[in-house]
Amino acid sequence: MSESLKVSIYGATSAIAQAVARRYAARGARFFLAGRSPEHLERVAGDLAVRGAAAVATHAGDLAEAAGDAALQAAEAAAHGVPDVLLVAFGTLGEQQRDEQDPARAAATLETNLVAPVRLLLPAAAAMERRGSGRLVVISSVAGERGRRSNHLYGAAKGGLSIFLAGLRDRLAPAGVAVVDVRPGFVDTPMTRDFRKGPLWASPERVADDIVAAADAGRAVVYTPWFWRWIMLVIRNLPAAVMRRLNL
Amino acid sequence: MVERDGRDLAWGRAHPGGQEVLRPAWLEEAAALAADPDPLPRLGHGAGRSYGDEALSDGGRLIETTALDRFVAFDPATGRLTCEAGVLLHDILRQVRRWRGAEGGWWFPPVLPGTRFVTLGGAIANDVHGKNHHRRGTFGEHVVSLTLARSDGSLATCSAEQNPELFRATIGGLGLTGLILEATLQLMPAPGLWLECEEIPMADLAGFFALAEESEADWEYTAAWVDCRASGRALGRGVFGRARPLPGGEAPAPPELPRLAVPLAPPVSPLNRLTLGAFNALYGRRPGLGRGRLRRLPYHRQLFPLDAVGGWNRLYGRAGFYQYQCVVPPPTARATIAALLGAVAAAGEGSFLAVLKTFGARAPAGLLSFPMPGATLALDFPNRGAKTLALLDRLDALVLEAGGRVYFAKDGRQGAEAFRRSYPLWQEFRRWIDPRFASALSRRLELTP
Ligand SMILES: Cc1cc2nc3c(=O)[nH]c(=O)nc-3n(C[C@H](O)[C@H](O)[C@H](O)COP(=O)(O)OP(=O)(O)OC[C@H]3O[C@@H](n4cnc5c(N)ncnc54)[C@H](O)[C@@H]3O)c2cc1C
Ligand SMILES: NC(=O)c1ccc[n+]([C@@H]2O[C@H](COP(=O)([O-])OP(=O)(O)OC[C@H]3O[C@@H](n4cnc5c(N)ncnc54)[C@H](OP(=O)(O)O)[C@@H]3O)[C@@H](O)[C@H]2O)c1
Repeated sequence: MSESLKVSIYGATSAIAQAVARRYAARGARFFLAGRSPEHLERVAGDLAVRGAAAVATHAGDLAEAAGDAALQAAEAAAHGVPDVLLVAFGTLGEQQRDEQDPARAAATLETNLVAPVRLLLPAAAAMERRGSGRLVVISSVAGERGRRSNHLYGAAKGGLSIFLAGLRDRLAPAGVAVVDVRPGFVDTPMTRDFRKGPLWASPERVADDIVAAADAGRAVVYTPWFWRWIMLVIRNLPAAVMRRLNL
Repeated sequence: MVERDGRDLAWGRAHPGGQEVLRPAWLEEAAALAADPDPLPRLGHGAGRSYGDEALSDGGRLIETTALDRFVAFDPATGRLTCEAGVLLHDILRQVRRWRGAEGGWWFPPVLPGTRFVTLGGAIANDVHGKNHHRRGTFGEHVVSLTLARSDGSLATCSAEQNPELFRATIGGLGLTGLILEATLQLMPAPGLWLECEEIPMADLAGFFALAEESEADWEYTAAWVDCRASGRALGRGVFGRARPLPGGEAPAPPELPRLAVPLAPPVSPLNRLTLGAFNALYGRRPGLGRGRLRRLPYHRQLFPLDAVGGWNRLYGRAGFYQYQCVVPPPTARATIAALLGAVAAAGEGSFLAVLKTFGARAPAGLLSFPMPGATLALDFPNRGAKTLALLDRLDALVLEAGGRVYFAKDGRQGAEAFRRSYPLWQEFRRWIDPRFASALSRRLELTP
């Protein structure tokens, strides 16, 4: 029997991450799950075990806090060493209008969605580079493609993250390590609980199908669902005056 | 509001309700919603596969459980499975292939309704039955224990040993005793995942009852389709289907719900008397029928034929439809079924799907469990307003007269008096209703204010 795929997930209690993890569990993967709430991590771990995971280890801690990095990395090394797939899924939407008045909160949005992923990706990338294989799968967002009045703090962080991933991809390509930049549109998850849903909205399951397929293929950038590639093509090219009037 | 985010809240789509729908992601959020100090009425809501108004709350709040879909534990030695209440039977079936039992078989859900897209919580709240009631009874008989969140903030573990009365009230309890958070199910060993299936034409009702009796001992699953257009001596003409597991084989996992089969309800339903006639004529004459002509099918093809078309309920058009399912006890079962089919034929309201099966003699698992020994008939009627309701009232009269009752997973219009007459334990049940839980159905049946 072939050895189980080793999957690490940072932000494993996210709805999208859980849906992705279930797909890997069906393949008999081994997991290292990091997240903030120990109770929720246990629920997710139990679920994956029943769904066919070969092993599940968890580590609870605030991923935005650099002070926790060493403990996280030690726990991951103890669980399964360098993973075959690392999914980075944690994130916070922030509240644009409130955070505009509160620079400390604005900074926290950048910290959680940009600084922390970069901080955690650097050592993981180096380890995969040394080994000469692996996949870094990172959830960015279509929000990072153009600054919009309604969410440009979050968007700045995700945009910065995508820029980082593009460079990292080129750095790691010679070593055979893939970097997958996942750009979901609207997904019905706890993060977007208070939004009115419409036809553009997708389920975490649908997005997870796309993420796993893109990870398998080692694709560079994946829009999910697919039609966001075309929506964003339009949005990126809207003249500034139109963009301002649209008030998106 | 009949739908939310494009999903139907009630399968029949004939009952608008004005309700807020919240979808907690974790059990403690769900428990907190159950215990919300705001006095507004609340109700658990699963996959919205019940037809009538029992999963709706007029002016209250639905606590939708579909994000509470985590497995908690499975023990391959005993076949016991613990899940959060929003796990679909479909999710369980997707795992079954990996769950090998002790004697080379598989652990399999003992009771499966005609669709696999129902939640565990919904299956318990209606104490659902499958095509094998004569062998396995209802879903509730296989529930080992459950955790119930009540509006007073308490969490009650319920089983035959702990809180046994609340347990019996919650099984088939229409969601009114509190919010089920988690449950443990006893799976049954199945020798294989393919079924051996046989479909035998029946000439009339006598043919149905003879086949049902003959099949009881050796066939796990039985159900008959009845051609509603037949009358007179041909009344009850149709096809009797039976199936049993074949030892040994691993079947393909059932497919996911087809994504966009019927996205919008057409303004005028394509299901009318003409298509109904054509459908029934074709169904009754399709090839492969006959005693001894055995077919081998993966279980999901035999048990969930309707699940092949996502959103088929929308074919009934914007006004929706009613399903009427009743059970009538043995002494007069045959005569009453004949009278019911006669009334339908006389009204010229042929039903697209008319399904007839028998229930075995089992002690009911819940206080309001629907099944009783006898024959059960299920009919679908497009909603034509007063005309349809009048027909259903006539059917009610026949059923009550015979000592039978209707199924609340399907019904959306019977009154309190008929309910009291046909569910004798209703007063005992009422003691266990959580004072802050209510549904459109519970108000209609005067179970809650
Ligand atoms: C095509 C089709 C075929 C069917 N065939 C059969 C059949 O063969 N046999 C049969 O018995 N039924 C059958 N049904 C009916 C179906 O099995 C039941 O209506 C079932 O209860 C639906 O489950 P749900 O998850 O959709 O629950 P919903 O319809 O959302 O809710 C049903 C009830 O359960 C309650 N409820 C849901 N979740 C919880 C919870 N967590 N805690 C407390 N209460 C809760 C609700 O308040 C409501 O009263 C069929 C339905 C369809 C659409
Ligand atoms: N939903 C969408 O429409 C959408 C669209 C585009 C991109 N995305 C991105 O998709 C990813 C997953 O989000 P989701 O939609 O699945 O929402 P979600 O279920 O709310 O997941 C977000 C997760 O991030 C975790 N998290 C936030 N801050 C953390 C911290 N400091 N330390 C540890 N964990 C932290 C949260 O944990 P707690 O529960 O403990 O807070 C939560 O599990 C995010 O990166 C998000 O930006 C989402």
